[in-house]
Amino acid sequence: MTLLAGVRKGARSVAWYLKGVLGEDAYAKYVAHHAAACGTDAAGVGRAPHPLMTEREFWRDQTDRQDKNPQGRCC
Amino acid sequence: MGAASSTTEGTTESPTALKRIPRDLAVALNPEELAAHDRQWTPLKIAIWSAISLLGGLSWVMLAVVRGETVNAIWFVFAAICTYLIGYRFYSKFIEKHIVRPDDRRATPAEYKADGKDFAATDRRVLFGHHFAAIAGAGPLVGPVLAAQMGYLPGTIWIIVGVVLAGAVQDYLILHFSMRRGGRSLGQMARDELGVIGGTAALIATLVIMVIIVAILALVVTNALAESPWGVFSVGMTIPIALFMGCYLRFFRPGKITEISIIGFVLLIAAIVGGGMVAGTDWGQTYLLLDKVTIAWGIIIYGFIAAILPVWLLLAPRDYLSTFMKIGTIGMLAVAIVIIRPEISVPAVSEFATSGTGPVIAGTLFPFLFVTIACGALSGFHALIASGTTPKLIEKERQTRFIGYGGMLMESLVAIMALVAALSIDRGIYFAMNASPALTGGTVQGAVAFVNSLGLTGVNLTPSMLTEMATNVGEESIVSRTGGAPTLAVGLSHIMQQLVGGTSMMSFWYHFAIMFEALFILTAVDAGTRVARFMLQDSLGNFFPKFKNTSWRPGAWAATAIMVAAWGAVLLMGVTDPLGGINTLFPLFGIANQLLAAIALAVCMAIVAKRGLFKYLWVVALPLGFAAVVTISASFLKIFGATPGIGYFAQNRAFSEALAAGETSFGTAPSVEAMEAVVRNTMVQGVLSIIFVVLAIIVILTAIQATVRAYRNHSSATSEDDAVQSQIYAPAGFIMTAPEKVLQAEWDALPLHKKIKIKGH
Repeated sequence: MTLLAGVRKGARSVAWYLKGVLGEDAYAKYVAHHAAACGTDAAGVGRAPHPLMTEREFWRDQTDRQDKNPQGRCC
Repeated sequence: MGAASSTTEGTTESPTALKRIPRDLAVALNPEELAAHDRQWTPLKIAIWSAISLLGGLSWVMLAVVRGETVNAIWFVFAAICTYLIGYRFYSKFIEKHIVRPDDRRATPAEYKADGKDFAATDRRVLFGHHFAAIAGAGPLVGPVLAAQMGYLPGTIWIIVGVVLAGAVQDYLILHFSMRRGGRSLGQMARDELGVIGGTAALIATLVIMVIIVAILALVVTNALAESPWGVFSVGMTIPIALFMGCYLRFFRPGKITEISIIGFVLLIAAIVGGGMVAGTDWGQTYLLLDKVTIAWGIIIYGFIAAILPVWLLLAPRDYLSTFMKIGTIGMLAVAIVIIRPEISVPAVSEFATSGTGPVIAGTLFPFLFVTIACGALSGFHALIASGTTPKLIEKERQTRFIGYGGMLMESLVAIMALVAALSIDRGIYFAMNASPALTGGTVQGAVAFVNSLGLTGVNLTPSMLTEMATNVGEESIVSRTGGAPTLAVGLSHIMQQLVGGTSMMSFWYHFAIMFEALFILTAVDAGTRVARFMLQDSLGNFFPKFKNTSWRPGAWAATAIMVAAWGAVLLMGVTDPLGGINTLFPLFGIANQLLAAIALAVCMAIVAKRGLFKYLWVVALPLGFAAVVTISASFLKIFGATPGIGYFAQNRAFSEALAAGETSFGTAPSVEAMEAVVRNTMVQGVLSIIFVVLAIIVILTAIQATVRAYRNHSSATSEDDAVQSQIYAPAGFIMTAPEKVLQAEWDALPLHKKIKIKGH
């Protein structure tokens, strides 16, 4: 592995980690779950009991759920 | 949801029916192989652990035994990290083996209840960061700073030993027990394990404790921002920045969280730099130089509005910013301490540890050290987090040790670094900053006279030291900036300027630190008010059913107003307290937090007893006993103590008698109004102490009762959810062990169509 490739790999890991901790991968996880659970492709067509939410709908739904179910932050 | 039915055919109560290899590959390591790996001591392993033990031992000797002029900060870091590693490797493994007994054949809620949203299996390393960001806030940064008045050693020992034997144990057990119960909350577990009385007492205690904690965190921010146009500007700017971020994510680019967090971070830095410019203008001096009462009212109004606004607009973006800042700043401080290695000239144990007359917090080492430092050593509040979001995201059972126990060790390390930062500044400056205005008069001359009158060896404060430091950090004055946050900010700027920028950058680093603490605290205030509002609505709903509907606007607003009024009243009381505020109220914060810990540990004890694990009950009984003794004795001293500096009612009596005798000034209260305020405040504080201690005693007694009953009945009853067969595999710790690597490689090599996906719905 060249130095450049190593740096690139490291940067990708840092980005992956940061995105994970901030929760940016939530939509991707939701889509994967939906596909697995409902036997649909990623576009959401198929036998889904709940139609797949679009990215915009998903994030709205996420903050709306937080509105109804608040979580404390520690001191 | 019918989660179980779609995942397995064999839902059963008996774990023996669980399969280790349900389909193609194993979902759990072979227990014998696992045990063999743990027992196998290769020469390399022996060498590594010997080195860790030797370095840890040497560090403790340097801290506790060797008495030089100064001690280097690096020994704090080494003593902490080596002790954590040993505690993690040996003590948490012991707890895992004998009490927790995780079973990777069992599916976690994230697997069997998977919905892709609240219940979603998350990579263990990501979840560790997530959990850490949720538990670590301003608490571990403030408590150790205040406790530094007793010398460096008591606080260091309590933080390090306390976390290994108490704090991390609590977090680990609550996380695991909640996970085994589908992510149930602490309140629900208390009702299940302790019955109606214990459960109700735990619920009321949680609500009251939440109010106190929010109030005192708000007091810390108020004290940091008072008379500081720079701080008011830069912290105030976080509101429009968060609103902008919220709108960006809602309407412009949904889900681009990292991107907007970086933009937000750049704007924050601009706000800090801009604050320096604004503070120098007439405009800044006229409109932003605010006194404590004005700022307190500002925070109260802000708290109400923030808590009724939708989450996406303010809370969520602020959360992203605060996570971003938290990880960045703590990492930066760690690097700086290791590179700079400041020398610390504070005595190991100061005279205030035994005399109890310290100006920062009144009271002797026992019990007040243990309530002043709560977060970082043992924090009951974590039980609310560990029974909230985190248990719903865990991928495999064996990961709870890394996330629960390990996450708390990380917070403890933050507390150690805060302690080091506070210890690294001149001791005279430390006392001038942390003595209440009632003692220093709020002036440089007053502070110099007061600090030098303490007769501390090696302390010789001059007026120029205080004015020079104030100029360096870009403040009018640093006298009587109580609450811990400004002291930590001075310490952090003192360390950081040696690494980046020199003296001219100190003001930037100071306001950077203030900003990052204020960010955590304002998020905690907002979120705490919301949680408290829901708890209140739930309780009110028993009498007025309409309140149960949390989307009913008038009800939501009324409940929010009640909660804000409750913490706002305590905040205003602290701000206007003629006795100082922080020194009278901070012990209540610590007591409240530790009582919550006692409640959480009491629930753990009842659960462990019901599972029939009496031989190992001491693992829970030890920290529970300690937390109970500390908090109950601290409460009793606060309630019955005869010394006016410590006992609330003694203070109350002294001031009432002075008023009755017609005196117009008494102690640090210069007027009749001030004396009346003291009488009022001490009564409120005393009553709150009584409420706390009574509720906690009820909870602990019901837990003991449940434990004894379990012992008599030889009970093996469990309130766990039914075991569900797991279909997935993931390693347990941060680094994979050799057997884990082998199994992981097999999973990685599995053809895609054979990989079992988590199902749910």
